[in-house]
Amino acid sequence: MYAQMVDTGVRSVKDAAAMTPEEQAFQARIDADVKVEPKDWMPEHYRRTLIRQIQQHAHSEIVGMLPEGNWVTRAPTLKRKAILMAKIQDEGGHGLYLYSAAETLGVSRDDLIADLHAGRVKYSSIFNYPTLTWADIGAIGWLVDGAAIMNQVPLQRTSYGPYARAMVRICKEESFHQRQGYEIMMHLAQGTPEQKRMAQDALDRWWQPSLMMFGPPDADSVHSAQSMQWKIKLLSNDELRQRFVDQTVPQADYLGLTVPDPQLRWNAERGHYDFGPIDWREFYDVLKGNGPCNRDRIRTRVKAWEDGAWVREAAVAHAEKRAARKAA
Amino acid sequence: MSKEWPLWEVFIRSQHGLAHKHAGSLHAPDAAMAIRNARDVYTRRNEGVSIWVVRSADIVASSPGDREALFEPAQSKVYRHPTFFPMPDEVKHI
Ligand SMILES: [Fe+2]
Ligand SMILES: [Fe+2]
Repeated sequence: MYAQMVDTGVRSVKDAAAMTPEEQAFQARIDADVKVEPKDWMPEHYRRTLIRQIQQHAHSEIVGMLPEGNWVTRAPTLKRKAILMAKIQDEGGHGLYLYSAAETLGVSRDDLIADLHAGRVKYSSIFNYPTLTWADIGAIGWLVDGAAIMNQVPLQRTSYGPYARAMVRICKEESFHQRQGYEIMMHLAQGTPEQKRMAQDALDRWWQPSLMMFGPPDADSVHSAQSMQWKIKLLSNDELRQRFVDQTVPQADYLGLTVPDPQLRWNAERGHYDFGPIDWREFYDVLKGNGPCNRDRIRTRVKAWEDGAWVREAAVAHAEKRAARKAA
Repeated sequence: MSKEWPLWEVFIRSQHGLAHKHAGSLHAPDAAMAIRNARDVYTRRNEGVSIWVVRSADIVASSPGDREALFEPAQSKVYRHPTFFPMPDEVKHI
């Protein structure tokens, strides 16, 4: 998802007998849905896994601003531009809520950012695809934010208090994102034939990458069991993906657009849509850094960070000078 | 070498006249910037009419290890709740 393939550092899940008394008490509290708070004792693997997961999630929010930012200056109307800016600003806010949550686990903001810039920690694969037309802004809001909601709603119940509270705040803001995207798609789909073609083309390009957001199939998802026991992951990748397909296909039907999957059909027996295979080679390739925009995204983030350094330093110098004057 | 901006805790009072409530935290070089950043990060949808910020380093918190010592004594004092005193049905407005 926004945090894909988070390494838990453990190969197998411990059963109660193999746990220390401290670990047992910790697991018992999680099982009883008592939130873990920053000062509580926690297993080191739990702490480190959470840092990795929350950090990936935060980086995804921040890097996710870039593909949409690409269209701010070319939004078709002033109203669309104002809406898009508000949406992107929200994503910046989401990143900040999540960085704060990660910092409660004893890491510094600057270290987190350094991890992103050095490529030590990933962000979601989805943000390595380009936004070629205005319709892509519609497709992102509808599909990408739609997939994010699917993942984030259950995370409001995650075991770590600060993370859960950040998710509550984020979820309140997400449905605006999805609706503004769907509304763009509606206008295009109901517009001229050329506009409708544009909407279809965007759906064609964003469909598979959106399905990949949920991460590899459960069978290949080696860290899921531990994350689920810790309740930092609440539903499996395949379960979330299926829910997303079931929810989204009727929305595409309403638009009169065709989901680019010849094997897609309603399975009355299962009560779900069946869908065709996903190209996981592409997913792993994008994660490795070879997506269409990986290098560009990191280059842009690093440049923004470096170009802003003098502002951060000047603000500190100013604050120190004022404090010194007050003390004198 | 740049220094990291200090961390601030943000408290917001909503329109409804309730007490300020913890909203989250953020980094800022000084108090004035912390208020401005809090406005942008935590009140984009009319969430508040008043903001408090305080340096995170200045917050003193109870420790999880003291939970029993601090909070257990209240558990046995059920007579502090009105429901401890059943009232006859005939007695009204009490
Ligand atoms: Fe977001
Ligand atoms: Fe969003």
